[in-house]
Amino acid sequence: MSTATEFIISALIVLGALFVLLGSVGLARLPDFFMRLHGPTKATTLGVGATLLASAIFFSVQDSEGISLHELAPLFFLFITAPVTAYLLAKAALHRRSSGRNSGQPAPKSKQLPGQH
Amino acid sequence: MLNAAIEIAFVLVAVALALNIYRLLVGPDTTDRILALDTLGINTIALLVLYGISSNSTAYFEVALLLALLGFVGTVALCKYLLRGDISE
Repeated sequence: MSTATEFIISALIVLGALFVLLGSVGLARLPDFFMRLHGPTKATTLGVGATLLASAIFFSVQDSEGISLHELAPLFFLFITAPVTAYLLAKAALHRRSSGRNSGQPAPKSKQLPGQH
Repeated sequence: MLNAAIEIAFVLVAVALALNIYRLLVGPDTTDRILALDTLGINTIALLVLYGISSNSTAYFEVALLLALLGFVGTVALCKYLLRGDISE
């Protein structure tokens, strides 16, 4: 492994870990739930993406069997599922806020008249 | 240089995990706790990949993919439960 490749891999690893930490700091310190949603969905996804990319480069250089594509599966899966998760969480939080129940209980079911099933 | 970078990254991700556990315990709402659990899973994937680089083994990527899959399904199920009061209708 040449020095330049090692430098690129090291930079990607440290940058990725910094972004992961940044996302978690956002999760822990921001005041509102909808603000807190930003940290993990953007910064953490980018951080894990950089780490997985560094791993892909490392194992491509390490093994002389050509490009290693194992890491790209979790990478694409995370990049696809992160917006879906954020959308569902925001929808659930909005639903709980608008239905006036903000702690402990699941949202109430729609009202049914007795005797009608 | 690579070993030092991996050590630094281990420390940073461990601090991130501690912050996630803080949000998981403090709350205040259930959606915050679901978000903290989801982030905990994603940070565990980062930790696993770093450990895979440091131990020079490619066996951890299947585990990472499985963790991503289970974390996504779990988060979707919990959100559905909050939205509907039930998971399967």
